[in-house]
Amino acid sequence: MSQPLLSVEGLEVRFHTPKGIVEAVRGIGFEVGREKLGIVGESGSGKTMTGRSVLRLIRPPGEVRAKRMVFDGNDLEAIDEVAMREIRGRRIAMVMQDPKFSLNPVMKVGDQIAEAYLVHRKVGAEQARKRTLDMLAAVKIRDPARVYDLYPHEVSGGMGQRVMMAMMLIPEPDLLIADEPTSALDVTVSMQVLAILDDLVTQRGMGLMFISHDLNLVASFCDRVIIMYAGRIVETCKASELKQAKHPYTQGLLASLPRIDRPVGELSVLSRDPAWRDGPVVVDGKMVG
Amino acid sequence: MIEVGNLEVSFGEGAAVIRAVRGISFEVAAGETFGLVGESGSGKSTVLRALSGLNPNWSGAMHVDGQALGKRRSKAFHKLVQMVFQDPYGSLHPRHTVDRVLAEPLAIHGMVDVDRRIETALVEVGLGPAFRFRYPHQLSGGQRQRVAIARALILEPKVLLLDEPTSSLDVSVQAEILNLLQRLKRERGLTFILVTHNLAVVAHMCDRLAVMNAGRIVEEMDVAELRRGEASEAYTRQLFNASLGYNRARARELITFE
Ligand SMILES: Nc1ncnc2c1ncn2[C@@H]1O[C@H](COP(=O)(O)OP(=O)(O)OP(=O)(O)O)[C@@H](O)[C@H]1O
Ligand SMILES: Nc1ncnc2c1ncn2[C@@H]1O[C@H](COP(=O)(O)OP(=O)(O)OP(=O)(O)O)[C@@H](O)[C@H]1O
Ligand SMILES: [Mg+2]
Ligand SMILES: [Mg+2]
Repeated sequence: MSQPLLSVEGLEVRFHTPKGIVEAVRGIGFEVGREKLGIVGESGSGKTMTGRSVLRLIRPPGEVRAKRMVFDGNDLEAIDEVAMREIRGRRIAMVMQDPKFSLNPVMKVGDQIAEAYLVHRKVGAEQARKRTLDMLAAVKIRDPARVYDLYPHEVSGGMGQRVMMAMMLIPEPDLLIADEPTSALDVTVSMQVLAILDDLVTQRGMGLMFISHDLNLVASFCDRVIIMYAGRIVETCKASELKQAKHPYTQGLLASLPRIDRPVGELSVLSRDPAWRDGPVVVDGKMVG
Repeated sequence: MIEVGNLEVSFGEGAAVIRAVRGISFEVAAGETFGLVGESGSGKSTVLRALSGLNPNWSGAMHVDGQALGKRRSKAFHKLVQMVFQDPYGSLHPRHTVDRVLAEPLAIHGMVDVDRRIETALVEVGLGPAFRFRYPHQLSGGQRQRVAIARALILEPKVLLLDEPTSSLDVSVQAEILNLLQRLKRERGLTFILVTHNLAVVAHMCDRLAVMNAGRIVEEMDVAELRRGEASEAYTRQLFNASLGYNRARARELITFE
């Protein structure tokens, strides 16, 4: 990997709650180049908080600390909010895990996408509308002109995800953080949307952090994978080698998948080993620590 | 248990009308799990919402447990049929604690033993009592979905309409929830309609399934046919192929069916 686009060291996210401190992310480090980096791990392991902290989108009582967080030469820790606003959306965009929750409920979805374009480009309203319709078509929305005028509660789950995706891609970011961007899409539309992301990475050199629960999808789509457990990275590997993962936690996740080719009675579930919290981790096939 | 005949659901009026569901029919026997799969936007959620009374603008005939469904649903209906919504954020009130989310249906139906029921429901979905007084924003996506499932189960319904119940969950929690649903089905003889994009989940859970595209059911099959990958319709074949994982070349060949 040449110069990474994003480089993070010692990232911590914690929440102060009446019941004590929740350590959502506990000192992780990773780099993202112009590649597809998958982030997997069980619910609550800190994937979303990792993505949000890059964009400084963690609100109090959440607290973010990092030894180092550099995006394309910009020290994300040091820059002020004005500079951050320049980066957010325009250079680093995040497709939120729940699009309908993140969209403005009283504004037409098409206008929201057009607005995202207008904020970053000096073009007229007509051109923004046209670009929006093209974007909706690109993410395989049937009948973009109709969907342009719908409100968020009028679009289906998968349409909402694609609206969000269109909105985040329209300013042509250098780094896209996509949090479960295809979980509500059927497999055919999902594959078409992933092809768009794939082309942006391979042809335009975009970096992609792809947060997902779908291990088969990550294994076939991404270049590298980070596996998170309890706020830590417990394993990293090539995506193509995910099925041969060495960490018992990753193996446990793989074992719990239902199979289409043959029936399994009871699905296997994780039996968590306390050692996973702070014990040795696997880096590209080798145990360390 | 469930009969749907020539169901049509539209939104909007006049020239702008959208026929989201275009005359579909299916039956689900008591104790059966019926899968609904198909294209995003093809009308799967709309079917479930019409069944549970959330889409008044429908025509056709729907029966549950021998009763014809009208435009309104009675209190007894909601004790019989519960739905788990696709979107775990939107379906939980942002300013209600988990405790309140679970207590409300119990209060509406005048059920006693509230404390015990809430604690049991939380344990059943794998959330400890520590989560009882949290707000939705203090939960991860998967934790929220488990609260939504606990809410649907707390009234002990006979029929569960499950709209992508595990698509926001990690695979291990998914396994826990699917095992839980299977156990409840065995113990209480529940009937499920399950909407999901994950064909392996369909294969694991369902007896039969229907494939939807653009508001219609294009094909019905049983799970043995699904496992063997036997599809008669081109759309279904494409769906099966795409489920084999991402492949740039295969993605290029996908087409949209009208
Ligand atoms: N405001 C908050 N107060 C307390 N704890 C919080 C808050 N927000 C998040 N958390 C906790 O931080 C941890 C990490 O959450 P995060 O959303 O990053 O998980 P995730 O890996 O994205 O999970 P999922 O796959 O379910 O979306 C969770 O245990 C969550 O409960
Ligand atoms: N309230 C509404 N107003 C207008 N159109 C609506 C409304 N609700 C749904 N629709 C439309 O009905 C169609 C079917 O939507 P539905 O949510 O049933 O799809 P779905 O099959 O569940 O898709 P997904 O898999 O993406 O969740 C879509 O074209 C959607 O835009
Ligand atoms: Mg998350
Ligand atoms: Mg839906």
